[in-house]
Amino acid sequence: MQLRTLTPQRIYILIGYAVASAALFSAPLFMSDFRLNLLAKFLAFAIVALGLDLIWGYTGILSLGHGVFFGLGAYAMAMYLKLEASGDRLPDFMGWSGLTQLPWFWKPFESFAFAAAMGIALPAVLALVLGYFTFRNRIRGVYFTILTQALVIITVTLFIGQQAFTGGTNGLTGFSSVLGVPLSSPDTKRMLYWITVIALLGAFVLCRYLVKSRFGKVLRAIRDGENRARFIGYNPAVYQMLVFSISAGLAGLAGMLFVLHVGIISPFMMAIVPSIEMVLWVAIGGRGTLIGAALGAILLNYAKSEFSTSYPDAWLFFLGALFVIVVVFLPKGAVGLFGRLKFPKRKGQKHEQVSHSAV
Amino acid sequence: MLPFLKSWKVLCLFDRKAYTQQVHKRGEFMELIIGQLFNGMSVSSILLLIALGLAITFGLMNVINMAHGELIMIGAYSTYLTQNLFIDYLPSSMFNWYFVLAIPASFLIAFAIGLILEFSLIRFLYGRPLDSLLATWGVALMLQQLARTIFGAPNVGVKSPTWLDGGWMLMQGVVLPYKRLFIIGLVIVTLFAMYLYIYRSHAGRRMRAVMQNREMAACLGISTRRVDATTFAIGSGIAGIAGCALTLMGPIGPALGTYYIVDAFMVVVLGGVGKLVGTIIGALGIGLTNTLFEFWTTASLGKVLVFLCIVAFLQWKPKGLVAMRTRSLD
Repeated sequence: MQLRTLTPQRIYILIGYAVASAALFSAPLFMSDFRLNLLAKFLAFAIVALGLDLIWGYTGILSLGHGVFFGLGAYAMAMYLKLEASGDRLPDFMGWSGLTQLPWFWKPFESFAFAAAMGIALPAVLALVLGYFTFRNRIRGVYFTILTQALVIITVTLFIGQQAFTGGTNGLTGFSSVLGVPLSSPDTKRMLYWITVIALLGAFVLCRYLVKSRFGKVLRAIRDGENRARFIGYNPAVYQMLVFSISAGLAGLAGMLFVLHVGIISPFMMAIVPSIEMVLWVAIGGRGTLIGAALGAILLNYAKSEFSTSYPDAWLFFLGALFVIVVVFLPKGAVGLFGRLKFPKRKGQKHEQVSHSAV
Repeated sequence: MLPFLKSWKVLCLFDRKAYTQQVHKRGEFMELIIGQLFNGMSVSSILLLIALGLAITFGLMNVINMAHGELIMIGAYSTYLTQNLFIDYLPSSMFNWYFVLAIPASFLIAFAIGLILEFSLIRFLYGRPLDSLLATWGVALMLQQLARTIFGAPNVGVKSPTWLDGGWMLMQGVVLPYKRLFIIGLVIVTLFAMYLYIYRSHAGRRMRAVMQNREMAACLGISTRRVDATTFAIGSGIAGIAGCALTLMGPIGPALGTYYIVDAFMVVVLGGVGKLVGTIIGALGIGLTNTLFEFWTTASLGKVLVFLCIVAFLQWKPKGLVAMRTRSLD
């Protein structure tokens, strides 16, 4: 794998990537504004999926808390947008809650650069802190997963409870412009779409670089045998913290783009169900393959936007069944199914379990 | 739309504001303490009932059952159905006794559904806790939707029997409602039954053996498949009882279980797996601190503080309060 020779297979894959990127960049030429906006939203979700795949598919850490990181990024951007929309006045919901002046932590968000930086830094730091206090003590597996889910609950409760500072249940909405450009104009939307495409490609290249590097190999070693990796001399906690933080940062980036496209963020968009749906994107597309995760996010959201409005009840049944089927029958997702046609299957997980206990 | 907040409101024994004013008026500190303690006990007992099944299945099979909340919901709807049957087919003088029948009914129905679930899905997921979490979440989603289709999306009310109305006047200003005392009693009885089952019966001994060393137990002739299936079903049955108890606290709906499930999981994380006493202490710890923090600060800040406390506690005991001793590394 390390030999960078251009085998025919590699060439096909490279051509595939080139065609896909070209198609993404030229999408505004043949798509309606409405469709383009939807696609832009899905591409933002694909960035989250990449981050999730990094920790789940490659490191074996399942986080059900990525809604929070996504939400934090979104709120950071939304705070800037809200302040810009309000001009010199206080944001409307603060007035309703009886605040007379802007809280101190809202002040710096008047600057776009600060908001954009915080949108990535806040989730990354939160993940780093949570990771430090858990991975250091070898809290992992389901224990970690449950803690991330609890993080979702308390964050949502907090955001709803602190209505004066966060807009409560309604969240933040009613934006008008970004950097002085009106948000609703088609030109801005197109520009935002291209920015999202660039962000997605950048995230993809970053993740691909990470998983192909030595760092990525250690991640996989931790996934397959954490104790073995430790005995060889790596400190798994450091790698886990780092990759969790990167993943959270990517979710934050996606959240910022999401707010720019959709124009609203509310606590319900980072609650338990959206968070676990993010995991489903990765599971369906194929964990452990970056392209699978991204495609899973785009296709599943496309299916959702097509079906969930016309058949909301059937959609929930479908979603639940999809979870069960993918986990039981297709642990490697759609890409895994595709790959199985060509390559012999890896040895099942049962064998790994047995050898684990023998360590 | 805000299920978990609402649930804690339901669980709150006293209207906090009114109660604080009352206390300020009289300046009686003892009332406050006793009231809050009882409140915390009440929350803990429900949590304990829910977490019991989770802790056992996780300890035994390394399976995380996210559909546990839906088994609670099934228990609650079983009670609702029992009530309706009594209203429809029996003279109204009998109505008060429906609850006596509803408890075993919810246990049995949840038990049966747990058995089906184990047989059709869970057994494919042994030793894959993260996958089991996702798959059972899918099941939970489907069961919720099923309940919504059958019973309708709005909450339904269950009329509690009249002999549970009123309360026991402990002292001036502190009334302990019979319903909550009944729930605490029910939890104690269930706990005692579980203790007898796990520590004093042959089936329980087999279960503990499988929990400690699955391969060795299998070598000694224990049918681990059967132990797994029964244990999972019993855990589900207890969830059914919890659902039955919850009907006393307020109206029930298809998403009833999701309000409690995460807190119940935190109990498992805090208490550790494999021993009853861990779950008991975990439930008491979370129930009491939650009530107290929410009383002293606000509902939202209280939750954050409890979470921080749990993370801080795990720094000291990463495996939970009571961990099974083992020589294996993982």
